Amino acid sequence: MSRHGRWAELLPPTVVILAAIVLWELVVIVFRVPEFVLPGPMAVWAALQKWRAAIWFNAEQTLYTTLVGFALAVVGGMGLGLAVGYSTLVYRALYPLLIGFNSVPKAAIVPVLVIWFGIGTIPAILTAFLISFFPIVVNVSTGLATLEPELQDVLRSLGASKREIFLKVGIPRSLPYFFASLKVSVTLAFVGAVISETVAANRGIGYMMLAASSRFEVPLVFAGLVVVALMGVALFAAFAVIERRLTGWAYRGQSITG
Amino acid sequence: MSGSQPPVEAFVRLDHVTLDYPHEGETVRAIEDVSLTARQGEFVVVAGPSGCGKTTLLKSLAGLLLPTAGTVVVGDMPVRGPQKIVGMAFQNPIMLPWRNILDNVLLPLEIVTPHRERFRRDRAAYMAQAQELLASVGLEGFGERDPWQVSGGQQQRASLCRALIHHPDLLLLDEPFGALDAFTREELWQVLQALWMKRQFTVFLVTHDLREALFLADTVYVMSTRPGHLVYRTTVTLPRPRSLEDTFSAAFTEAYHEVRRRIGEVMAR
Repeated sequence: MSRHGRWAELLPPTVVILAAIVLWELVVIVFRVPEFVLPGPMAVWAALQKWRAAIWFNAEQTLYTTLVGFALAVVGGMGLGLAVGYSTLVYRALYPLLIGFNSVPKAAIVPVLVIWFGIGTIPAILTAFLISFFPIVVNVSTGLATLEPELQDVLRSLGASKREIFLKVGIPRSLPYFFASLKVSVTLAFVGAVISETVAANRGIGYMMLAASSRFEVPLVFAGLVVVALMGVALFAAFAVIERRLTGWAYRGQSITG
Repeated sequence: MSGSQPPVEAFVRLDHVTLDYPHEGETVRAIEDVSLTARQGEFVVVAGPSGCGKTTLLKSLAGLLLPTAGTVVVGDMPVRGPQKIVGMAFQNPIMLPWRNILDNVLLPLEIVTPHRERFRRDRAAYMAQAQELLASVGLEGFGERDPWQVSGGQQQRASLCRALIHHPDLLLLDEPFGALDAFTREELWQVLQALWMKRQFTVFLVTHDLREALFLADTVYVMSTRPGHLVYRTTVTLPRPRSLEDTFSAAFTEAYHEVRRRIGEVMAR
């Protein structure tokens, strides 16, 4: 892609974000919204500056629990997804349980985790894991289940075993689904970690926001939200780049026209 | 059935083959009581209206489907499952999109014995073979391209190479040129004819294009609508290599009309 094309691609989102910030500030000024209800972007920026050290200290913890929980979800989700996609028996046996499990609000699980593991790092990691695990399983198994019969026939007609078909066609074919799920999952892992920290932690962005709101430091609460959003976007972007690198063949349509 | 008698030494033999398969809870009879023989190196074309079980016939030869009744023999062995002496190409080229053209062509060598054991060691030699094969179908220098970077006709040429790279004795072609434009199709007839004359493999090709059938075939079978059975057999004796000009000759036209008439009878039923 040309330099010019890249800039042209970045322009619309930049304009939208700047416009949103300006609108936000204008609303706060025009309607004279008090700072403890809705601080404007300038106030949030000031809070970010003022509490820089505390924000970094807590963000580090959140990033850590998110990434550990996410890593567990990648390993477990990939493994279970492959198993579910490989065998219709495993698929039929496990799917209802998985769906039921996914329907349980993860915030409701945190108190249970606290009883088992106490407050702090472990419940945050586990919540991040539990919430980001499911999309990976579903996507990987979908990638395998939607394998075109013709693609299998090409290999079957050569006498390939089920295992060979799985290795040569199944896994490569499901990789784009896998990476698509990683982008979704990594942001969900953040949600899980922050939820857990809000309920039961003494460190982390979620904890910091809870503490700030109980002291009516509303600008700091918003600063926390901005930091979470930025970290989420950064991780999403990182996995989008990895995805493009490794499964570019699945995106040819966009790279030609885009 | 009319035409000359089947040859004596048969490389492929179908004996009263009937094949049912389950479809939406019912049993569908795809082909019924099909018997034919083909000698080594024979170019057999099965023509018929779509949905008549032509593909099922090919799949039973490939060992992808097993007959409900009757026997299929390829070489000296009854077919009991997928076999390595078969190469197959389909109407869609079905390239693996994450592999470039060359790696797609090499795919069978990673699966079929004895090549799979040697593949890593002799990779350079195999790649040279694949390049040569690609060149023979007019794809010289295309190996490094990804499938989506080449045209449908070029993908189909690559698909033909993939079906032949492991030197199969039997080539099965399921309407391989059906999705191509008329000019590309005619060019690929000639490409296929040249490869066949050079390598002397046995071919079963199914098609509903009768000009294609008569241009390529030693023997043409006409298959009826479902359940498919053979209703007509004719041999084409035009000398090889045939040219496109030959398809406008009087003998060709006469054969064409006869086969077309038989298909018409089948469709009218």
